[in-house]
Amino acid sequence: MTQPIIQLSGLDKYYGNFQALSQINLDIKTGEFFSLLGPSGCGKTTLLRAIAGFEVISAGSLHIDGASMEDVPANQRPTNMVFQSYAIFPHMSVSENVAYGLKARRLPKAEIEKRVAEAISMVGLDGFGDRASHGLSGGQRQRVALARALVLKPRVLLLDEPLSALDKKLREQMQSELRQLQRAVGITFVLVTHDQEEALTMSDRIAVMFDGEIAQVASPQELYGKPTNRQVANFIGQMNFLDAKVMGVDGDKVLVDVQSLGKLTLDLHQATGGIEGCNVVGVRPEMLTILDGSQAAEREIEAEVCEVFYYGDMTYYEVILPFTEAKITITMRNTAGRKVLGEGETARVGWSQSSLLLLK
Amino acid sequence: MKNQGRFLKWFMGLFLVFLYAPAFLLPVFAFNDSSIVSFPLKGFTTKWFSVLQSTEPLHIAARNSVMIAVITAVFSTLFGVLAARASSRFKFPGRRSIMGFIMLPMVLPEIIIGVSLLVVIIQLGFELSLWSIIMGHILICTPFCIAILSSAFMNLDQNLEEASIDLGQTRWNTFRLVILPLVMPGIVASLLIAFTISLDEFIIAFFLAGTEPTLPVYIWGQLRFPQKLPSLMALGTILLIVSIALLLIADYFRRRGIRKTGIENSGGFL
Repeated sequence: MTQPIIQLSGLDKYYGNFQALSQINLDIKTGEFFSLLGPSGCGKTTLLRAIAGFEVISAGSLHIDGASMEDVPANQRPTNMVFQSYAIFPHMSVSENVAYGLKARRLPKAEIEKRVAEAISMVGLDGFGDRASHGLSGGQRQRVALARALVLKPRVLLLDEPLSALDKKLREQMQSELRQLQRAVGITFVLVTHDQEEALTMSDRIAVMFDGEIAQVASPQELYGKPTNRQVANFIGQMNFLDAKVMGVDGDKVLVDVQSLGKLTLDLHQATGGIEGCNVVGVRPEMLTILDGSQAAEREIEAEVCEVFYYGDMTYYEVILPFTEAKITITMRNTAGRKVLGEGETARVGWSQSSLLLLK
Repeated sequence: MKNQGRFLKWFMGLFLVFLYAPAFLLPVFAFNDSSIVSFPLKGFTTKWFSVLQSTEPLHIAARNSVMIAVITAVFSTLFGVLAARASSRFKFPGRRSIMGFIMLPMVLPEIIIGVSLLVVIIQLGFELSLWSIIMGHILICTPFCIAILSSAFMNLDQNLEEASIDLGQTRWNTFRLVILPLVMPGIVASLLIAFTISLDEFIIAFFLAGTEPTLPVYIWGQLRFPQKLPSLMALGTILLIVSIALLLIADYFRRRGIRKTGIENSGGFL
């Protein structure tokens, strides 16, 4: 197994009395597309800036490529950053911007020119080299920022919310381009984002952060399918929660009493974050079905439809479960011939025991 | 409503006349072929300008003024750069009140500054010289320089500096290659404003002049002699043109700075 490119251990960051990062332990593998995901103020940007060398860490250690970064200033670290504002030097042309870091390294002129041309073409800005940078569009500025950082062939590229300033369509296009670019250059990318969709579609692995702590590190599929606590489950996509009480554990089986659903015997591995302290059962809206006609499911429960949101391809139902008035959301694909239920109608909700997660 | 609009237009017109008409009388009488400054005009002459050319004390006073203005401009701009950079980039205790005190001379009556500086200099046992005037001028010009330079430094995206360092550049080169070029228009504007303020500042120069007068002090001294008035008009004309030219140049650089950094134009002189 190769050595991780970035190793963080026991990392703390304080601003006065405020703890911005708390006991961050994280290994980022060489060549992966890694995302730091969390709501604003969770410390993800602080962590990125600590890796870049713009924040001095209060405790713990930070190794890049096996070397301690304790006494290495930002301008000597093997990392480069794409800033949220892109920070394109406005008084320089596109190629002067891209050449900036190469000139700082005092490379021969011919090599600088060659590498600048390659980088500009790599990000699809051929012919823009002599353009003044202040007239560029948001997407073009971002490409310049990418070229300027990648031309230095860093070990790690750090991206601070690089897509947040772009409109939706351009953002989606850049997501796939960034992904392709990362595969092409093979450099480790560390992306900071608050957009869970962005993190899921682009990353190999994601660290979800809340309040200065890492809540879970996992692949997108694992993160969505097996969140280890309620907070993560709620942040990544949507999830319904029903109060639950663990009655007892027997080998690899757990007996739980779930709101509206009653007593169930679940597998121990459905408690993804460990059985300790579990008090809710979670289920994704798309794991539930509203049964049509003679359709049958492993388990069924009758519920009253209280709200219907029709999205064209999908319908979102809010239904009230019997006995406890628990409200849950169900998303249904509007396939041909399927009837969209109206408010006040009774729905047969199909579910399966294996789609439930036991969380805290 | 319509009447009100007309009144405001008149008001604005009168305001501009009162503001600029006296200044435009200067060139009129500067070319008037009569030693009495009054209408009707007698004829066209440039002799008052040649009188200026042959007045030795005037040349000395002018040289003093330019020297004072240049040194004042350089130092107050230098202090302005340091203060603007510190206040826009760093947070330190008492930052607001320190900046407030530095800006105070802008609103303090110059006569108070002049008198107090005079007292201090004499108490300390220094001779009055051009240097004492320079000190006084730096004191009053620095706030203007800070005001101009602060906006230049504030408009700078802090990430630019970090980006430069991130790309492997040193702090000093970052300042030289990124910050300085972007605030350069502000620096030029600051130099020109300080130069202009110092060049026609009278009160402080009058108090601190000693035996070497500046141009405004010299002009004031010459007003006692009525026959010198037309040549002073000629001198005033030259100063007027120089001042307007400097202001225009300063504003040109300010605008260029705004264009460069791509921010919206707000304020300015013109």
